[in-house]
Amino acid sequence: MLSTWLYVGIFTLVAVALPAIAIFLAGLLAPKKPNPIKEATYECGVETVGPTWTQLRVQYYLFALVFLIFDVESVLLYPWAVAYQQLPLFAIVEAIIFLAILLGGLFYAWRKGALNWQ
Amino acid sequence: MNVLQWVFVITAFLTVGAAVMMVLSRRMMHAALWLAVALLGVGVIFITLEASFFAIVQLLVYIGAILILIVFAIMLTQRTDESGPRLNAYAWAAAGVAALIGAILTFSMAGWMLGNTGLLELGPAFDAILPLGQALVDTEGFAVPFEVASVLLLAALIGAIYIAFERKGERS
Amino acid sequence: MTAFWQDPITFLRLWLENLLLSWGVSERWVLLIRYAVGAILLATAALLFVILQLWLERKLIGRLQDRLGPNRVGPWGLLQPIADVLKIFTKEHITPAGADRVPFNLAPVLSVAAALMVWAVIPFSATVFGADLNVGILYLLAVGAVGEIAIILAGWGSNNKYALLGALRTVAQLISYSVPMTLSALVPVMFSGSLNLNAITRAQEVWFIVLAPLPALIFFVASVAEVGRAPFDLPEAESELVAGYSVEYSGLKFGFFYVAEFLKAFTVSLIFAVLFLGGWRGPGAEAYPVLGFVYLFLKSGAVYLLMILFRGTLPRFRIDQVMDLNWKVFTPLALILLMVIALVDYFLRGGLPLVRVLVLLGVNTLAYIVLDRLLSSRERVRRQPVAQPVRPVARPENLINPTETGVAS
Repeated sequence: MLSTWLYVGIFTLVAVALPAIAIFLAGLLAPKKPNPIKEATYECGVETVGPTWTQLRVQYYLFALVFLIFDVESVLLYPWAVAYQQLPLFAIVEAIIFLAILLGGLFYAWRKGALNWQ
Repeated sequence: MNVLQWVFVITAFLTVGAAVMMVLSRRMMHAALWLAVALLGVGVIFITLEASFFAIVQLLVYIGAILILIVFAIMLTQRTDESGPRLNAYAWAAAGVAALIGAILTFSMAGWMLGNTGLLELGPAFDAILPLGQALVDTEGFAVPFEVASVLLLAALIGAIYIAFERKGERS
Repeated sequence: MTAFWQDPITFLRLWLENLLLSWGVSERWVLLIRYAVGAILLATAALLFVILQLWLERKLIGRLQDRLGPNRVGPWGLLQPIADVLKIFTKEHITPAGADRVPFNLAPVLSVAAALMVWAVIPFSATVFGADLNVGILYLLAVGAVGEIAIILAGWGSNNKYALLGALRTVAQLISYSVPMTLSALVPVMFSGSLNLNAITRAQEVWFIVLAPLPALIFFVASVAEVGRAPFDLPEAESELVAGYSVEYSGLKFGFFYVAEFLKAFTVSLIFAVLFLGGWRGPGAEAYPVLGFVYLFLKSGAVYLLMILFRGTLPRFRIDQVMDLNWKVFTPLALILLMVIALVDYFLRGGLPLVRVLVLLGVNTLAYIVLDRLLSSRERVRRQPVAQPVRPVARPENLINPTETGVAS
């Protein structure tokens, strides 16, 4: 099993190195004429006012939160799905209860308006 | 030292180094990115222990969900000026306590496995996921924790939505 | 010994291994070299394939829009993408003032790397695959997380509020659509009993899209949204929103974001083909592994053509429509389908395969009809008259002959 992960590790290194080398080569080939006007932050042609920060809405945080809950739920379900073909009916009903509880949570979030983009 | 031990040592240094950098970072966004490196290091250690499922779960849940949540939270609460004091008044006391705990742990664990630092090589036919899945829903196994976990997730969802809407209410 | 034509890659690999062993190289180094060569070849092949893909897409989109695509550079414009790549190599790398150097430069590299890393676990034929990872499917989903981090790095590193906002919007869309994707990917795992992509391919006597068309549809649409392609491409809309996370990038760094998008698009078609369309399976694929390659690429090519068709014909969704579709339609649907399929498939265990296929198809059709009814009833509720009842028009006959409302003449 470790050798498969070794391949994954090597592949990751290659996958990171290839674009990095290409960008490096392009950096060598391309002209370099830094110029404060060119490097000014783009804001539809208007000068930037104030430092860079963005007042984020709570909405993004709620989406990330609901995603986290469902991500953890799916991860708990994957071992069950692997064992699915050998499981008795009771075990399947257990998983259905698990899913139903979370479906209920989703409906709660829906009713509360946590899922509206606004 | 064989290859696996080298991998462990390097990864351990990387992880601890990233954790230290995270605490010492000046900007919160950098701290979040160092956290990503530290979590990746932990994932690699799981791989060296042949726990592929947990390594992938580490990547998927910690880096893919929790880190993104942290980044959004940083964006949400960012003040324009980051010039507040970096370390609070109790920082040195906290560092002392952490060093003490570290020393206690190191000395107590050094007594366990003196000289035996090899890793068990599990056979190629060892598959941990099927027994895990069966154990999770086995009534003699972890069925109750499995269901309790879903209720816990539900509670977290409801609680967070409630708090977020309180905040939204007081803001608007 | 396999003949060359039956299985060229394995043949070459065995030849190389024997050569190295005969030179006295130790076993572990042979393994390392084999992995390194395989990885480099695969990654390079994937990137070169993107070039072909660029040409195909531009030609087809052109035809869909009733025009010829590129046709000047080379026969049928085949050399157009190469010309584009050469051009972009020579553009200046402008780093915006105040940009955070490391995230700014790391982002395009990670973006492409995330798309490439998926190719490591895909089984290309019965004998050719990168890593036979026993957690293959989860690896596919986890690598998406790396892509999301890359986008955050890009938005943050650009020191530009619009880039940051665009990046956060994009990430919000990507993480939202991860949920139905992860949930519907549970269905092939349930049917085949393993997370290993090879095992999933081998378990598809009947393609999983036949056994579970609705989860396959959810997975497909969710992956289209994950890639950020039309009709879900508002965060990166080229002609709309002022920015997008890649606004401050120029030169090859921008080029790599573009390449990453196309690579991701083909990669998700490849994943869909492996998970639901039977991967390399087909007549004669076991005996002649080369055919496995051909089948896989035909299938993923067909899926990719479908994606191009989406792009050329469907209008863009608004961001609130995108989120609504995900959380209010796809996620509950995926959860309910999981519950239903789990229950139904239990009772079909050990039965005749044909019965299983028919019952599952029936269940899916039923679910689809219910969904259709629910969605259209919501549509009817939402369609309310926004205009007032018709008032008399100022026309001569209304003025000369006053109506009941008493319009004065």
